[in-house]
Amino acid sequence: MPVAYIPRTRELYSEFIPYRWVVNDTVPWTPLKKPLRKSRLAFISSGGVMYRDQPRWHREDASFRRIPKGARRDELSFWHFGYHTKDAKEDPNCVFPLERLRELESEGVIGELCDPVFSFMGGVYSARKVRTELAPALVDELKRAHADAFFLVPA
Amino acid sequence: MTSALDITRTVKPPRAVFLNFPLGHQTGKPHEPELQRRILLDALGAFETIAQPGTIVELPYVWDPNDRSWEERDYTKGWMPVPPSAQEADADDAERRARFGSPA
Repeated sequence: MPVAYIPRTRELYSEFIPYRWVVNDTVPWTPLKKPLRKSRLAFISSGGVMYRDQPRWHREDASFRRIPKGARRDELSFWHFGYHTKDAKEDPNCVFPLERLRELESEGVIGELCDPVFSFMGGVYSARKVRTELAPALVDELKRAHADAFFLVPA
Repeated sequence: MTSALDITRTVKPPRAVFLNFPLGHQTGKPHEPELQRRILLDALGAFETIAQPGTIVELPYVWDPNDRSWEERDYTKGWMPVPPSAQEADADDAERRARFGSPA
């Protein structure tokens, strides 16, 4: 049975004011214009990934980091309040599959992986901050990168 | 990608691929590149196969066919990671700066 994370979150933070989940009634839709093998794909991770000496995140931090798509495993580190990062530190590809995506790019499955890739720390309580600060800033980055699609991997 | 079916159904992204793995493993198990690759091929394939907005494709992979107890523990009070102390965080920052930082 899939874990029901909304009730789990409610239990976890039961001493706080109940969290107001984002409830959307409609689904945005942009058709893919080209097959993936001809598309520029952007990669965004909410797993709190840092490149080399990039600063870690603080609570309610809606900033993001740019990570070169050629980053090596030993140049990555992880910082997050909501999941155990032990496995990610041992093999980033279980939640930040940059090496696998590069392989799929070189095999032609993906037309081109946009450079850089992006990460933020998904444990941001304020949906307003995400909607008004983080998401628009990332959208600007995706436009600048001429991305045809983006692949969002949570943690 | 998602591992939280209930949240994804509420947020309604245009396309989603669900993998029933513990948090922190949304693209597979560590040190299993073949599994990671298959999950990614399935996930990226959904860009071309999903035609109905809001579709959530559910992947068939099972974390551990003999033990589903992680589903009881994930994201509960006893499970939550303990954040490193300020000293541990500072030490980690200093180590990364020493390794990668540009000289002042």
